[in-house]
Amino acid sequence: MDYSQFLAMKQEIGLLVVFLLVFLYDTFMPKSTQKGLPAFTAILTLALALCGFCSYCLGTESTTVAFAGMYETSPIIAAIKNILNIGVVIVLIQSIKWANSDAMSMRRGEFYELLLVTLFGMYLMISARHFLLFIIGLEGASLPLAAMVALDKNRYESHEAAVKYILTAVFSSAIFMMGLSFVYGLTGSLYFENIYFALTGELNTMLIVAVAFVIAGIGFKLSLVPFHLWTADVYQGAPTSVTSYLSVISKGAAAFAFLVVLAQVFGALYSDVWEWMLYALIILTITVGNLFAIRQRNMKRFLAFSSISQAGYIMLGVIAFNTMGVAALMYYILVYIFSNLAAFGVIGAIENASGRVSMDDYRGLNRTNPRLAFAMMLAMFSLAGIPPFAGFFSKFFIFTSAINQGSVAIYVLVLIALINTIVSLYYYLLVVKAMYIADDECPVANFKSSCSERLGLWITVGGIILLGIASCCYSSLLDLSDISTMQMYFIN
Amino acid sequence: MDVTIPILILAIPLFMFVFLGLLGMKMTHKLAGILGTAGMGTVMVLAYTTAFTYFFSGAPEFINAAGERLQYVVFDQTWLAFTQNLVIKLGFLLDPISAMMLVVITTISFMVHLYSLGYMRDHHGVYEHGFQRFYAFLSLFSFSMLGLVVATNIFQMYIFWELVGASSYLLIGFYYTKPSAVSASKKAFIVTRFADLGFLIGILVLSYYGGTFNFTDLTSVPADGIANVYQVSEGTAASIRDLIASNPAPTFLGGSVLTWALVLIFMGGMGKSAMMPLHIWLPDAMEGPTPVSALIHAATMVVAGVYLVARLFPLYLMEETALVIITVVGALTAFYAAMVACTQIDIKRVLAFSTISQIAFMMVSLGVARPEIHHGLGYMASMFHLFTHAMFKALLFLGAGALIHAIGSNDYTAMHGLRKHMPITHITFLIGCLAIAGIIPFSGFFSKDEILSSCMGYDWVAYLWMSMVAGLTAFYMFRLYFLIFWWKEHKVPEGHHAPHDQPWTMSLPLIILAVVSCVSGFIPFGKLVSWNGHPYDFMAHFDWGVAAVSLVVALAGIGLAAKMYMHENTLPEKFRNAVPALWDWCHHRFYWDELYMFITHKIIFNSICRPLAWFDRHIIDGTMDSFATVTNKASDAIKPLQSGQIQMYVWWYLIGALALGAVTVICLI
Repeated sequence: MDYSQFLAMKQEIGLLVVFLLVFLYDTFMPKSTQKGLPAFTAILTLALALCGFCSYCLGTESTTVAFAGMYETSPIIAAIKNILNIGVVIVLIQSIKWANSDAMSMRRGEFYELLLVTLFGMYLMISARHFLLFIIGLEGASLPLAAMVALDKNRYESHEAAVKYILTAVFSSAIFMMGLSFVYGLTGSLYFENIYFALTGELNTMLIVAVAFVIAGIGFKLSLVPFHLWTADVYQGAPTSVTSYLSVISKGAAAFAFLVVLAQVFGALYSDVWEWMLYALIILTITVGNLFAIRQRNMKRFLAFSSISQAGYIMLGVIAFNTMGVAALMYYILVYIFSNLAAFGVIGAIENASGRVSMDDYRGLNRTNPRLAFAMMLAMFSLAGIPPFAGFFSKFFIFTSAINQGSVAIYVLVLIALINTIVSLYYYLLVVKAMYIADDECPVANFKSSCSERLGLWITVGGIILLGIASCCYSSLLDLSDISTMQMYFIN
Repeated sequence: MDVTIPILILAIPLFMFVFLGLLGMKMTHKLAGILGTAGMGTVMVLAYTTAFTYFFSGAPEFINAAGERLQYVVFDQTWLAFTQNLVIKLGFLLDPISAMMLVVITTISFMVHLYSLGYMRDHHGVYEHGFQRFYAFLSLFSFSMLGLVVATNIFQMYIFWELVGASSYLLIGFYYTKPSAVSASKKAFIVTRFADLGFLIGILVLSYYGGTFNFTDLTSVPADGIANVYQVSEGTAASIRDLIASNPAPTFLGGSVLTWALVLIFMGGMGKSAMMPLHIWLPDAMEGPTPVSALIHAATMVVAGVYLVARLFPLYLMEETALVIITVVGALTAFYAAMVACTQIDIKRVLAFSTISQIAFMMVSLGVARPEIHHGLGYMASMFHLFTHAMFKALLFLGAGALIHAIGSNDYTAMHGLRKHMPITHITFLIGCLAIAGIIPFSGFFSKDEILSSCMGYDWVAYLWMSMVAGLTAFYMFRLYFLIFWWKEHKVPEGHHAPHDQPWTMSLPLIILAVVSCVSGFIPFGKLVSWNGHPYDFMAHFDWGVAAVSLVVALAGIGLAAKMYMHENTLPEKFRNAVPALWDWCHHRFYWDELYMFITHKIIFNSICRPLAWFDRHIIDGTMDSFATVTNKASDAIKPLQSGQIQMYVWWYLIGALALGAVTVICLI
């Protein structure tokens, strides 16, 4: 065996090392030092993220296929992992206060270990070029999350959410694997590449059902409508740090994996089969997500539906099926990480300080906590896509990428998405209105958020403001996707 | 060339704007002012370094073996990518005119920063309200103006063009408690925005048919052997013209596509540079603080229109019609503004109309510039006049500011006979007046003489017309000078101090600018700036006849002004009574404002705005309201979907997956 293949997996191996160190710290360090665990994890992950970023910037990433073609890494895969790393570091920083609270004292280690394991699963999912490895990644990224959702032992909703999550996740895995078994039956292989070349023949019912089931399986992770019903309950029930992880990192990884699977496995069926499936799903996702978001009063539930409709926008980058789409999708994820985590950072800070999560509790926040209100406002503006914040540019790029696909149907799709942004503007501004205009007798009292919370908010707010101006991120992603291996699948 | 300095030139003012804007209120007035001034001083040093390197280092990217100056794109970063081909970039273009503009903008801006330290406080040394905001806006303006002149493409120019408009709006309305200032800022914004509409359409037409936003692709060819270096070329402009002409696009109202594009782009320039009939905002813009008038409404922003035409000059050369329009508009404006300037009482208004007239000189000079007439002397003369005018007009405005600061009024009727009380202001103001009147050896003589030579080469009517305006210029400037500093002895009102010269922060800029106005005429400008980068020996084309005539005309103007205004007499009164109608029309600026008022209030408001308002209130709002109602209803209708029951969730999941497959199967097979 050629052991140098492991070098291709350096990001996964680095993550394992971090995991082991955290595990050792958790197990063997004396009880008095356990409060350092969150910071320890955050610093290690930051170091990992920096290593990954440096190696990416130095251009040492090349397209390598390892382990008999099951695993692939390339500059663009390294880039998406780096983007996810940024998000994970922010989530970790934001979770420090919560993880160090008394209620979490016995379960602190578990949170971090489970989180790192799911991240490992997502890495595998992104890099897999064989469905066996893909399923290991997918399950590795799903099952531990159920345990994380249940971490808030004392709250009833937390259990309920975990049960709902695990049951629907198992069900969706079953559907997904059934689809795969159809694919295997038709082509006799689980290698992406082999399936791609085997699927050039006639369309048949089995194949179409298989594609539908595969889309449903990954659509579950992305919470595309109608596979989304678990989302709101789980987001509401889970601890806020877990929710933010779930809504940003898990979704980002799944979106990229979805793109890879659709392009590299079913690319030949694009215009016949899955373009239309995805077309319907996008319209449903954006619209239903928006319609539900309008009526939510609980902030976490509200963001759950907002994230559903955001997933619909992300899918525009997939349906574009060109290199601009890849770049726009990655840029969207990057921006979404900053915007959504800023919102969750504020929600987490207020929840930690006062335990209040209803939108009505945000009335008059500007008077008591102007900085938090400002951060929240920027996050809402960015999510709604108001210039000059980053969210405007990400929406702009993803729309242009879809329009570049060129068919009239896609123009209509983009038009529908545009109309939906108007609806979304309404409910995002509801939050701003509550904070700045509405008056309340008892707003959340003024409090001083902890260092870690403030650091997290500074990073995210900085990202929201700077990413919009620094367009070089997008153009470098565009250059990357031009040379990516996916490019060859787009050509036909 | 290293990109650090160019980036810093843009980044420092932007940073100062954000910094002073956000944290200015937390620091003392003095600190904010000093920080702003220090920041601008740094930028000035950097800009000088850049310009010096460009003009004198002789590096191959700046000048080729034949001694021709080149265009160097320092950096050009993609900003918005619409498609793989259609991208908007932000960059930094270094060529003779942008390097010159860097010097002009940073010099005047720094002088104004320094001057405002003294000006923006009252006689007891108390700083004005909003002092920090003032410096933040000045930084914003400097950033925008610098970004405008170094633009690598026409869209970047448009972005910064709007930014200077916005910062001008903010600064004119600086005294926002004064209703006249508020309406002046609104007027400036609306008029220039209206002109920019034409500019935008022009940009879109030009880029749609020409296929590019980049100046270097429109007017230049890549130089051999070095990346990012271009050379101005008539051939490229001609090929753009042919490309546009080869398009099957119809002509519009008898003009070709290129003519329309260039004229519409010039319309943007007319708005910013206050050419008739879009000049009406500039006199009102004098409501802003005087240093602002010096910086924005005399030296830098108002010449953006001239700069724009100069930037696209090779393209304009391809369209005789556009150049003729520029010449005619410029010539009419020059004469009109000079006439009005002869009758104004407010000293800042006199200077404002004089500015309009002088910018019109530059426009005319561009309009008559042809490669075959003295090898494109007009272009060089226009840029030279832009440079010298920026210096002496800023000097005059800052001097006027010192007078207003000392007297507390804008009218010369409150001044009279100040020469003994304010000697520094007197001498520097006199130098400014001599320069603008075109007296040898002050700078205005040289630049104006070249403009007149160029007009002479083009057409004798243009020459005579512009010489007459030059005479008028000398007359109204010295009318102003004599009325302020002579006429009669200054009477100090009871209980007031006698007016006196200002603190050094205000005097120093005056003295520096006066010295510059004395010597800058001797800069061998043709060696540095010419339309195609080819070094130009002005002396070889120097026309002693033109010089002598213009000198005589200027002296005649001054002599007439001295006769009428040096000592108190009744001559002005008699003159006014001799031609009452003419005087009235001039004094009321030929009733342009009233005409505009009539058109907007009586015609446009009634015939267009009222129906539109109805349409907006009933149709548009109605649609949006029903849209909201439908959305809410739909939201209500699908509520049961989220039942909270996990069985239902799984059912929906299964139905969704099966339906997805089933519908596709039915459609395809």
